[in-house]
Amino acid sequence: MSDSLSKLEKRTAYTLVLPAVLLVFAIVLFPIFANVWISFKDIELKDIRIPEPRAKKIVKSISDNQSEFKIIYKLRNSSLIQEIRNVQFQDKFPTNVSPVNLDPRCNFQSKKVVCNFGNWQAKYRENFEIIIQNNNGEIIDKKIIKSQKPILSGKADNPLLTTNFTLENFKKVFYENNFVELLLTTFYFTFFGTVGAIIFGILAAQLVNQNIQGRTYMRGILLFPYVGPVVALAYTWTLLLDPNSGTLNALLVNFNIIEQPINLLGQKYITMSILGFEFKLRLALTTVIFFEIWRYFPLAFLFILARLQAIPQSLYEAAEVDGASPIQKFIHITLPQITAIISILFMIRFIWNFNKFEDIFLLTGGASGTRTLPINVYQQGFAVSDIGMGSAVSIVIVMLLLSFMVVYFRLIGKKANEV
Amino acid sequence: MIISSFFLTCILSIWKIMATLQGLSFTNLNVTPVFLIGILLSLAFVLIGNKINHLIKIFSLSIIFSILYFYLNETSPYWYILGVFLINLFFTNKLKKYSMQSLKEDFISEKIIFDFITLFGIVFFAFVILFPFYIMLVTSFKTQIALLVNPLDFSLDFTKSLTDLFKSYFVIFETYNFGRYILISSAVSIGTVIVTLLFAIPAAYAVARLNFFGKNFLSTSILIIYMFPAIVLVIPLYTVFSQLGLRNSIFGLLIVYTATTLPVAIYMLQGYFKSIPKEIEDAGIMDGQNWFGIILKIIIPLSLPAIASVALYVFMIAWNEFLFSLMFLDSPKSFTLSRAIQYLSGDAETPRQYLMAGSVIVTLPVLFIFIYFEKYLVSGLTAGSVKE
Repeated sequence: MSDSLSKLEKRTAYTLVLPAVLLVFAIVLFPIFANVWISFKDIELKDIRIPEPRAKKIVKSISDNQSEFKIIYKLRNSSLIQEIRNVQFQDKFPTNVSPVNLDPRCNFQSKKVVCNFGNWQAKYRENFEIIIQNNNGEIIDKKIIKSQKPILSGKADNPLLTTNFTLENFKKVFYENNFVELLLTTFYFTFFGTVGAIIFGILAAQLVNQNIQGRTYMRGILLFPYVGPVVALAYTWTLLLDPNSGTLNALLVNFNIIEQPINLLGQKYITMSILGFEFKLRLALTTVIFFEIWRYFPLAFLFILARLQAIPQSLYEAAEVDGASPIQKFIHITLPQITAIISILFMIRFIWNFNKFEDIFLLTGGASGTRTLPINVYQQGFAVSDIGMGSAVSIVIVMLLLSFMVVYFRLIGKKANEV
Repeated sequence: MIISSFFLTCILSIWKIMATLQGLSFTNLNVTPVFLIGILLSLAFVLIGNKINHLIKIFSLSIIFSILYFYLNETSPYWYILGVFLINLFFTNKLKKYSMQSLKEDFISEKIIFDFITLFGIVFFAFVILFPFYIMLVTSFKTQIALLVNPLDFSLDFTKSLTDLFKSYFVIFETYNFGRYILISSAVSIGTVIVTLLFAIPAAYAVARLNFFGKNFLSTSILIIYMFPAIVLVIPLYTVFSQLGLRNSIFGLLIVYTATTLPVAIYMLQGYFKSIPKEIEDAGIMDGQNWFGIILKIIIPLSLPAIASVALYVFMIAWNEFLFSLMFLDSPKSFTLSRAIQYLSGDAETPRQYLMAGSVIVTLPVLFIFIYFEKYLVSGLTAGSVKE
């Protein structure tokens, strides 16, 4: 009895879960594996269209009483590179209409013309003609003839499904792609973006956690950058930072802080001298990191605030009695309470920043030293239109991510054991 | 003391920057004199102590400061001085806590520093966050020439007629078809919400309540899948969609959005479903309800708040999404709002006020939803972003 019940339970569970699982598999998991396949192929953007036979139908009247028509089919192979094999053609005509002097490749049977055109080379073109007439010499309605579309079919190789593999893409990724710089930029961006967001998050949470009026409003306002659409925010910032007529540069020049406007998003390096040491700062990258911090510190803030509000007030009161200073309170009470959430935040933000594409793409397009791995996927796949290469870069990203996740789950597992 | 006047200086500088943006022309920040006057003010404040009424005290001190300030910048208009006066009022009011006695307390300097850093921090954060939004809004009301002549003038000229003021909006609706893009964006976002919920509610129920083989595997893989970025999915999806003819179709976009938001949705919902007491369901089973009936009649009505926050969260993700719409849509007939704005910016000739008007249009709905449903959304954000 209970056995059949648990069977029923299982069956219900599978029917409930299956649609969602299938969809996620098709759209998320399948592409990750498909990347592996594509990354070993020499394939470009233009190759992915499957060649298909096409026909354009033109109907011309050749008799005065509209009982005879000439139909011209402009046949062609849509692909410029690949042949189509075994092309079949089919068109339908109204009752009492039949073709005259039909091409030997074709048959006329039960109102249908069926043709077998054989193989078409790449770029193949032909003007194929059929003359039709009404068997009783009556008028044929031109519109009916025109509205009937011919059906074509044929076999062509899908370059995606062939089994020619090559290691060329990975060679190019590692040797011809400035791989080391790419990786360094990605980690620089990811690390500083994450750390910055968390530091500002702690600051903001600490501020809002004080008893000030309008705390809820403040919380709402602080989340604005996080909920706003990235396109709008990125363009607003590009406008603010624009060297020619941007607000920020104009302000700084106006108050004589700088003499010349700085192209914050378009300049790769800026030389700074602090205490006599000269060093180069990667300007555009730093600006992008600041945008990233601006946009994502609200998330860190939200979590840390939630944690802060859960700290019992009695701890602070006890510290007050013991005569602790505000800094001591922060270091000895607040900090230990939020380390757990900070480490989780760090891991998650790290992974997400590592994957960040939109923000950098919209701000700089990957120019002036802001090319990270995700940007490179786009550049290779769509700007250079080398799909195989783009996939190879994707594979590198997936591999790195998997290794981060192993570390992440190890750490989380340890935390769980400690508690 | 020094700290407090430093704070005053900072606030006044921000005020001055904002004033500059309203079209006044200041060329330096006058930091030093303001700082000195600030010290004098605080000193006077503490020395006077409790001898006179608090209100009178702050008013008189602020007036003195404003008059001094007026001598420094003689050309400033009245509203500017009024602002200075109000800031002073606020500042001296904050000083209320401190007197000669309180200065002798333990760690007083640290406490004062913290107090003022808190205040300054709040002003700073509010300014940094809101300023870009303000610029976005104001730019959309300006004209190309006005923007080029003085990039610092962000005042609004209300003497212009309304049609002039909203000109950019008329233009982007009429010549750039933004009405259509709004419709597409809403259709895609709302469609995503509905389809996601249809798939997620049953799945989440099964994960939360039923026992089946592979359940643990499923719930961990949900988390792992969510960590994978859209950028690694883009190339395979692009090739497959091209071959299936799903590019440039709203349907294709809808499938992708649904699949990418499903893991979070399932995760958030199953957490909530677990918190519903099982007894209520048992009662339903006794009544002869099948699983479908239980989900429809018991689970859904009881978890409406959670479903609302999932729906809002998914809506926001779909509305803001950019990467997939960039990849899959290249005919202006099927653009979403985000893609349309990006397309506009691709043309260097496009005046920036149009760009900003478009940005305002895409931002406003999200912000309104956020402000109105903040409670639901915050819980959605919390659950959706960190999954332990």
